[in-house]
Amino acid sequence: MSDSREDSSEPVTVLRTPISLDYAYSAGQSASRFLRAIAEGKLLGQRCPVDGRVYFPSRGACPQHGVAFGEETVALPDKGTLVTFSVVRVPSENIPLDLPYVTANVLLDGSDTILMHVLDAKPEEVRMGMRVQAVWKPKEEWTTSTANIMYFRPIDEPDADYETYKEHI
Amino acid sequence: MREVAVVGFTQSPSVRREPDRNEVEVLIPVIHALREQTGLSSADFDFICSGSSDYLAGQSFAFVSGLDAVGAWPPVCESHVEMDGAWALYEAWVKIQMGYADVALVYGFGKPSMGDLPLTMALQLDPYSVMPLWPDAISIAGLQARHCLESGSMSERDMAERAVRDRAHAKDNVNAQVKGDFTVDGILADPYLANPLRKHDCAPISDGASAVILAAGDRASELCDRPAWIRGIEHVCEPMDLGVRDLGRSRSTEIAAEKAGVRSDKVDVAELSAPFTHQEILVERALGLGDSTTINPSGGALAGNPIMAVGLSRIGECATRIWSGGADRTVAHATSGPCLQQNLVCVLEGS
Repeated sequence: MSDSREDSSEPVTVLRTPISLDYAYSAGQSASRFLRAIAEGKLLGQRCPVDGRVYFPSRGACPQHGVAFGEETVALPDKGTLVTFSVVRVPSENIPLDLPYVTANVLLDGSDTILMHVLDAKPEEVRMGMRVQAVWKPKEEWTTSTANIMYFRPIDEPDADYETYKEHI
Repeated sequence: MREVAVVGFTQSPSVRREPDRNEVEVLIPVIHALREQTGLSSADFDFICSGSSDYLAGQSFAFVSGLDAVGAWPPVCESHVEMDGAWALYEAWVKIQMGYADVALVYGFGKPSMGDLPLTMALQLDPYSVMPLWPDAISIAGLQARHCLESGSMSERDMAERAVRDRAHAKDNVNAQVKGDFTVDGILADPYLANPLRKHDCAPISDGASAVILAAGDRASELCDRPAWIRGIEHVCEPMDLGVRDLGRSRSTEIAAEKAGVRSDKVDVAELSAPFTHQEILVERALGLGDSTTINPSGGALAGNPIMAVGLSRIGECATRIWSGGADRTVAHATSGPCLQQNLVCVLEGS
């Protein structure tokens, strides 16, 4: 472009217009409560006042009924059931596992919504209904981030009955 | 044409910054209050349409989370415009005209405090020749105001009078952000913000949300003692290039006003969402408003400017004055784009 600047007969074929905007993002009251809790190693969900379903992570309102959740929270364990999974063979950033690795939809015990995460397991051993538990970063590295959980891994418990998670596939 | 009326309206207070609540959390109480006002639930809405901007939220598809405030299961029939909620209302009105809906929920919401609004607005400009210069929205409006002053069509005093009027009216509006007793001379003694605009010539930056319910025919009469019937609604857009427009008048508002039938009868109340005083004058003239019309009884956009909801709120403010019997015929105005590029005019009548 600099070569042609002097020559006005040369058509402009490329125009670079860099765009960036800065934001001071607010997670909101409900997500902030969730993030402050996970900084202490706690997992918070919220219960819909209409049908009692537990949503994880906690959010401002029930997306099904459009009602606000209010202040009540539900503490959830870091154990759950793998309901579906996929084997990943292409690398991506910020995943602390070697290829191939497994992405898993995990239904935490007591929750009615799934959490998408990664699983540290041999792909050929992964199956629906498998019981899994979170592996956390060292406590001193915890922040207000879901990245405090590095990944899930299988635990030595009998597989969950299909009937208990079939709604969440 | 089907008879369609505004039968419900709620809004959040306009505030400079919602520090804790996210966009959806600002919207939720507004939608809930609207349900209480009308006794309707989500199942009663045949169509839902929203107006918001991902550029304000700084993330793509941010509007989808707005549905959390409504409830979207079983699946609802809904749509979204990346515009002020007034245009969402227009889409809902069309949907009702087509016979696809009898009752519609419309909402708009925005939280510009998360970013730098005058710079965010620069992204509306021609992306090749103008936007790379990053002209902020106040400077662009200042150029238009300078043009209006140089042409002799208005004075800085005329502009200051609008600020004084609107902010005096806003004293009665609990949701207004900037209100009080100001004087023209006091305002004219203030320094320029972007010559010839002073701070008082500019609408505030506001976080906020509003929502409206439209209903057709008998359904409207069931829901409201005195529905605010939409007797004319039109929107017109001018070219993007500022250089090919006459910035000294609002041609698109003139055309929209004519098509909406603004001048076919007296106008008791007009609510304008012009975000700068000189633009308010241009819109007043384009609508042909005279002394018999009370302009901006709520304070208009100059008193509270929740971008993406401010135009919808003008329609709502007009409707409440019909419901109460305080007005028989009102005109609401909404705008979008730089220097009044696109304008919507809505005529509401009580009988």
